[in-house]
Order: sequence, then C-alpha cells, then structure tokens
Amino acid sequence: MTTVVLLGVTGLGLGALYFLMASGLSLTYGLLRVLNFAHGVFLTAGAYTAWLIATRIGGPDGVRDAAAVAGAIVVGGILAAAVELALIRPLYRRHIEQVLATVGVALALGALAEGIFGADARPVPVPAWMRGVTPVLGAAVPNSRFVTIAAALLVLVGLGAFLRFTRWGLVVRAGVENRELVRALGIDVQRAFTLVFTLGGVAAALGGALSDGYFGTVDPQRGTAMLIYAFIVVVIGGLGSIVGSAAAAVLVGLLQQFANYYGSVWWGFPSAGDLAIVLLLIVVLLVRPRGLAGGPG
Amino acid sequence: MTRGRVLAGLAVALAAVPFVPARIPGIFPAPLNAPGTLQLLALCLVFGAVALSYDLLFGYTGLLSFGHALFFSAGAYAVTIALSRWQWPLVPALALAAAVGLVLPLALGAVALRVRGIAFAMVTLAFAQAGSILVYSNPGGLTGGEEGLGLVVDRLPAQLIGVANTRYLYWIALAYLIVACLAAWGAVASRPGRIWPAIRENELRVEVLGAHTYPFKLLSFVVGCGLAAIGGVVYVLLVGGASPSITTAALSLALLVMVVLGGAGSLWGAVLGGALYEYLDFRLVALAGSSGIHALPAWLSVPLGEPLFILGIFFILLVLFFPGGIAAVPGRYRMARAAAPDGRRVPGASSAP
Repeated sequence: MTTVVLLGVTGLGLGALYFLMASGLSLTYGLLRVLNFAHGVFLTAGAYTAWLIATRIGGPDGVRDAAAVAGAIVVGGILAAAVELALIRPLYRRHIEQVLATVGVALALGALAEGIFGADARPVPVPAWMRGVTPVLGAAVPNSRFVTIAAALLVLVGLGAFLRFTRWGLVVRAGVENRELVRALGIDVQRAFTLVFTLGGVAAALGGALSDGYFGTVDPQRGTAMLIYAFIVVVIGGLGSIVGSAAAAVLVGLLQQFANYYGSVWWGFPSAGDLAIVLLLIVVLLVRPRGLAGGPG
Repeated sequence: MTRGRVLAGLAVALAAVPFVPARIPGIFPAPLNAPGTLQLLALCLVFGAVALSYDLLFGYTGLLSFGHALFFSAGAYAVTIALSRWQWPLVPALALAAAVGLVLPLALGAVALRVRGIAFAMVTLAFAQAGSILVYSNPGGLTGGEEGLGLVVDRLPAQLIGVANTRYLYWIALAYLIVACLAAWGAVASRPGRIWPAIRENELRVEVLGAHTYPFKLLSFVVGCGLAAIGGVVYVLLVGGASPSITTAALSLALLVMVVLGGAGSLWGAVLGGALYEYLDFRLVALAGSSGIHALPAWLSVPLGEPLFILGIFFILLVLFFPGGIAAVPGRYRMARAAAPDGRRVPGASSAP
C-alpha cells in the first residue's frame, strides 16, 4: 500500500512537470499550428538559471529558492519571446519552416548548454524542506513531489482564469477556434501569439526550475528528454486543449511510474514505463485520433 | 539522355577515387585514396543516400517524420545482432536486415499514417523513442545497451576487414548510393510516385479527385524507410558496429537538416545535402579539437567547440534566408541572370516552387 501511494504521488509529480511543458506546447499549437521543438530548450534554460542562482547567492533558503524560480521564469519568458519575434513571426504561416526553425534553435542552444555547462549531470543544492518527507497514508513522500503538483495546479488554474476572464484570453480562445475570423474582425492575433508563446516559455522554465528539485540534478539533455514525453502528453490530451493536456499528463505520469516500478520488480525491465506510454499513445490514436479532448474521429 | 550520361560519368569518377593519390589541401588532410579520407567519403555517400530516402517521405510526399533514425538503426542493429550475437553467416544476416527493413516500416507506417500532419510527426517520434529505449535497455543482453555492439568480423569476407581494405567499403557505400538513387528516381517516376507530390501539395484535393491517399503514403513510407534500413547495414560495415546514439531523435533531426540543406523535394539536392552535412559535421568536430579554437577567448571557443551549435545556427539562417537549399541555387542564378541585363523580368523565370 505504501508503495502504491508513493508511486502515485511521484507519478503525479512527474505528470505535473509534463503538464508545465505540455500546456505551453498545446496552446502554441492550437493558436499558431507550430510544433515547437525549442520548448525543451526553455525548460533547460530554466533549470540552469535556477541552478546558477541557487549555487551563487547566499541568504536564507526561502529567499534563495524564490530568487532561483523567479530568475528561471524571467529567462524562460525572455528566451521564448525572442524566439517568437526573431524566428516564428518572420516565417508567418509557413508552418513547416517554423517547425524547422525551432529545430535549429533546439540543436544550437542544446549544444551551447552542453558546451557551457558540460555534458554531465550536476548536483543541485535542494533546500532542506524540499528534501524532507511528509507521511501520506503511511508512505514517506518527498516534499518536492507536492511542490511540482502545487505549481502545476497553480498554472492550470492561472491559465484557465487567463483564458476565461481576460480580454487577451478571449482572443486566444477565439484564435484557437478560428484564426481567420478573429483577424477579419480586426483583432491583432500576432500579439496574442507572442503572449502565448512567452507564457509557454515561462511555464516550461518553471518546470525546469522545479525539475532541479525533483531530480536533484541538472543536465543539458533534460529538456530534450522531457520534450518527447510532453509531445506525447499533448497528442494524447488533444492538441490545443489545456484541460486535455492536464488529464493526459496525470495519466502519463502515473502510468510511467507504476509500469517502471513493477516492470523492474517483476521482469527486471526498468524501461517498461517509457514503453507503456508509447503504447498508450498508439492505442489513443487508433481509438480517438484527435486525442482525449478532441472527440472521436 | 545527357543527364543520365552526366550521372553515369559522375558514378565512374567516384568509383575511381580510391586509385587517385591526389591531395586536396584544405578539404582533406590526407591524400584522396588514404583510408581516412575514403572512410569519410564513404560516410558522406551513405548519408547522402539516407537523406535521399528521407526526402522521399518529407520532400516528395510531405510526410514530416521524426522517426527515420528508427529504420536506419533497425537495419544496423539487425545485421549486427545476427552476425555478432547469433553468429549467423553474412547472407542470412543481410536477409534478416532486409526483412526487418520491409516489415517494420510496413507495420509502423500502417499505424502512424492513420493520423496526419503534426500528429503523424509526433507518432513517428514516439515510435523512434520506443526503439531507442529498447536499444538502451539492452533486452536479454542483445543490443549491448549504452556500450553499443561491435561487429564480430570472423564471418565476414576478408575484403571487408582492416584499414587497408577501406576501398572495398567505399565501393559498397557508392553502390548503395547508386542503388538508392535508381530506386528513388524510379519510384518518383512511377505511377504511384506521381501522386506523391500531389498529396504533399493538397491531400484533400487528391481525395476529392477520387484517389485514396493512404496506400500511396504507405508506399512512400515503406520505400523511404526500407532504403534507410539498407543504409544502416552499410553504415555498420563501414564503422564496424552499431552504437545506440544512432537510435536517438538527434539523427532524425540531422536527416531533416540534411534534406532542408540540400533542398526538400529535390533528389540530387538531398544527396548533396546529406553528403555535405556529414562532411561539415566531421570537419567541425576536428575543428573543435584543434589548438586554434582552444586559444580563443571562452565566449568564442565554447560555441565554436560545439559542432551542433554551428550547424544549428547555420540551419536557422538557411531556413530564414535561403529557402529551397542548394537545389534552389541554379534557379536563383538563372533568375538573377535573366533579370540582370536591362532590369527586365523574363516571363516564367520567376516560377516559385
């Protein structure tokens, strides 16, 4: 029982990290029809910024952690806005070229991170309260799991409120439904693109900063490795749907944790979870090609 | 067919390279027929052909697949496992690789092609990821995991072993490129091949005209991925083993870069792009290790020491400012010449792709 609880909360924590990436990917795709390969770089940038700040500045734990997360968010947002303005906008409506440009960014900045910080994983000074455990139904659950879950819930609620209650959110929702009509009404969709892209970068960088605490290390391949699972989450959830992404992230995180654990316990096959997710993706696409939120057909 | 004659002449010239002891300073550090140079040239030929196979999917049919590395590495690992782990003779091992190269694209393509566009891209990416996970997890000690799997040479003919025999491997690579070119040219000129560009341009219109696009896309997928699997076999013979890095998304992305560099939708462009990319990658790695780079200040030496950084930036600039890649160069040249003398535009010269 304690194992199940521990796996469950850890899986939710992992799902939370996936959601922080997938939310931005999904909105970007919904609005711009761009599959953003540079999204993993935003996460890596957030992870290294948080690590740099956490290892460079002193002060009490709380201040240091807040500064690390804030720095990661700022860097992620600036990087995302720069990519959108410099690369996505000039290639407006040429979707394949936009995807290619983001591939170039992913290759170049991934290599740059490796050049600056080295290819090996580096330990992150995880604050004591985050390393501690909280007993849940008899299981000792690391606090970092709760932190990522709380952050993902915050982003989910925040994005939901932004989309539902603000004027920009209205433009974005309308743009996801029908871009041409929104433009025909004389509304500047371009700026909504930049905004959504930046918000996606912020969420991914936040995920990067939290992944430092979740894994206890930071490495240049983190973003690319997480990006593939985030893509899977987005497709399973239904492209363009935030709620679908959240549901799929939970599903994928739980499945991966449980299958990885029982795969290695029963069959000595620790990659079972990673394979199970791919199988889930295939099943979902065969049964509901447009994802959980997309309806049949 | 002057074009056919030119290409045949080019093939003969390439086949004669191992007999030419000439030095090309600045391009190759050793004479042309030195084993190191031949090895590099052979790799360029192999990746030219693999890029060509990817161009059939991406450039011709508009199938943006991020899983092409899966089929390349499937061929590579099938032949290596059969030879090294199961001690099969060469011919059955090659037959196994061919069977894998046919059945795997057929099965995975049949599933992946149920979705279109970006969803297809992601499904192929997921398939390749599953393959990569399998190879890294070393099931039953079969793939060697992170270590990779060396080629056990005692079952190979003597001509394929040893540095002194690199020229035979070079000829095998050249033969593969020629076969791939003939297959690709034949495929795009065939009746189903003529439907591929129509699907790329407007799939809905093809469907409305009464053609069911699914089998045509599947055919493109199987031909392209099957050719890539053969490429994996040649690659293993050339480098003496399979390493798990060829299963990762990095290779699929590199193939995409090669095709865009050469010009998507142009067969000779893709071959040129693949060969050029492989050459640049090799030379940039050498550059990264050179003393000149280490002497530079850190803000220059760190980025310049990362080949993928330079290639990535180069790729972005290419996408932004030079759409069409190398294959678009002759057209641009003609256009510039037609427009130059008195500023008049020649009708028809501005036919955009």
